[in-house]
Amino acid sequence: MTTQSTVIKVPGEAAAESSSGAGRAGGADRRRSEGVVLNVFSHGFLALWAIMIVLPLIWLVLGSFKTDAQIGGSALSWPSNWHLDAFGRAWDKGIGGYFANTLVVLVFSVPLTMLFGSMAAYVLARYPFKGNRAVYYFFVSGAMFPVFLALVPLFFMVKRFDMLNTYQGLILVYIAYSMPFTIFFMHSFFRTLPTAVYEAAVIDGASDTRIFFQVMLPMAKPGLISVGIFNVLGQWNQYILPAVLMQPQSSSDPERYMLTQGLIQLQQQMGYETDLPVLFAGATIAIIPMLAVYLSFQRQIQAGLTSATLK
Amino acid sequence: MSHAAQGRGKAGFITGFLIAPIALYLTFVIWPYVQTFGYSFTNWSGQSPVFDFVGLDNYAALLEDEVFRGALWHNLLLLVFVPVITILLALFFAFMVNAGGRSGAGGVQGVSGSRLYKVVYFFPQVLSLAILAVLFGAIYRSDEGGLLNGFLIKTGLVDPQHPIEWLNEPNFVLWCLLFVVVWHGVGFYLVLFSAAMQSVPKDIYEAALLDGAGRAQTFFKVTLPLLWDSVQTSAVYLGIAAMDMFVLVSTMTSGQFGGGPDHHSEVMATVLMRNFLYFGKSGYACAMGVVMLVLTMILSVITLRATRRERIEF
Repeated sequence: MTTQSTVIKVPGEAAAESSSGAGRAGGADRRRSEGVVLNVFSHGFLALWAIMIVLPLIWLVLGSFKTDAQIGGSALSWPSNWHLDAFGRAWDKGIGGYFANTLVVLVFSVPLTMLFGSMAAYVLARYPFKGNRAVYYFFVSGAMFPVFLALVPLFFMVKRFDMLNTYQGLILVYIAYSMPFTIFFMHSFFRTLPTAVYEAAVIDGASDTRIFFQVMLPMAKPGLISVGIFNVLGQWNQYILPAVLMQPQSSSDPERYMLTQGLIQLQQQMGYETDLPVLFAGATIAIIPMLAVYLSFQRQIQAGLTSATLK
Repeated sequence: MSHAAQGRGKAGFITGFLIAPIALYLTFVIWPYVQTFGYSFTNWSGQSPVFDFVGLDNYAALLEDEVFRGALWHNLLLLVFVPVITILLALFFAFMVNAGGRSGAGGVQGVSGSRLYKVVYFFPQVLSLAILAVLFGAIYRSDEGGLLNGFLIKTGLVDPQHPIEWLNEPNFVLWCLLFVVVWHGVGFYLVLFSAAMQSVPKDIYEAALLDGAGRAQTFFKVTLPLLWDSVQTSAVYLGIAAMDMFVLVSTMTSGQFGGGPDHHSEVMATVLMRNFLYFGKSGYACAMGVVMLVLTMILSVITLRATRRERIEF
């Protein structure tokens, strides 16, 4: 960091090449060359970090084509053949099933999170009633607490409902834990919507419920997309909740692991079974859909996640 | 529901919309939190339904618990270094991306390809911590098969006979984990700060340039004060992440729920989970949860207070 800051602090290095600087050609030249130095310098650091991100990921993907001996031998070895059988073995180890489990949970949990979150946020944002602020803070305060704090009693609560290792149990828990943020964000969004539209709809004789579903929700679409992305990623990548709540309860109870859980399980297994290509292939299978989704929606994802944090 | 809303008016509508979210939230979030407080005063094992009220015994035991005190210290270290390193790197990169380019007629510009940098830097953010654990577990491998050791051996910096056992080295393990968090987070905060930088009106920069301010001066005197709100928010988020660390520590380091070697990477969350699921000391684990909660709240308030400045409107 010291070299970085000393270079930046060279005084006067990078003022704009002023368009009125024709009479000061010498100064402009000096400035231009400094601009080039800075440009090379910034590209250098930016490129270095970019390599530090891309290289390990490519290395991981390459690992799924190597043999176990090659992986253990040298990190810089190149795959000798491009067989896909490590991917097949990873699939047989259950990665495909974990993938499907995660999808099943999210297909229900994300839309329901959005529905319940928007309903509560809308009422709290647009309808003054006694205790409105209290209910709002009751919801929003949950965002401050670490999940750990609730983990022990949560386990027994879900157990009491007989919903350990069930999809519905995890879905309900995901919805509940996504409420604080979803309500926080949608609340500020609904507040910005114009009142005139609501009044017009009331004059047209629409009920409050209809106004919400047919007028307000469509108008809140940009906000819904932002929080939706936030919730999809958050729930897809969740590890602690399924690790505690989704363990088979008896020998006849089938495994319903989420993808994150499955990967960690694979990591533990493959250490003993000395078949690391399977672990690399499993991680690759988990990365590729994220990469595909990210590249197709990266503008929305970046905007959604950062605006979701800044609100 | 629409009938109810019409029949009983606004009150019915409001209740109808709030009942399901409140019920879920109360059952699975608030009530467990409240119970944690209650259980932290008992010797509940988690298995048997019987337990005794033991007052503050669990908290007293926590003070004596060497492992927990070590974990607390590690959390505090992370709490300082994770936000500071991540925010400094992200600010530096954001400034480079947005103002590190060639100076043109229109003033200071971003580097060419700045969009590409943002796309690449941000990507780790969409990966799950489980994937990071697998990836960095492989990178930090203790023989030549690990990316880091393989690279260092190739360049002759490390003796092939004695590769570095990154995650088994008491002095390295915490810093290795810290790097994973930084690697994961920098891109996100880069994009966050970039967005904030771009929302600063161009004429403020132009005025600074006309007054003869250099790039560094522009950054410290103009950009940073205008970004202060985002920096503050980021510090709180990163601080909360540093208090957690459970996934990375429990999956990447040795020991039941991680924390090895010899508790050198222990964090409060791993001690809590071990006591809850492995030692069957649920009451004790709940006391740890309460301590974590109180610390998180105190730290959030301190961060917001200590970094408070006058908000600049633009």
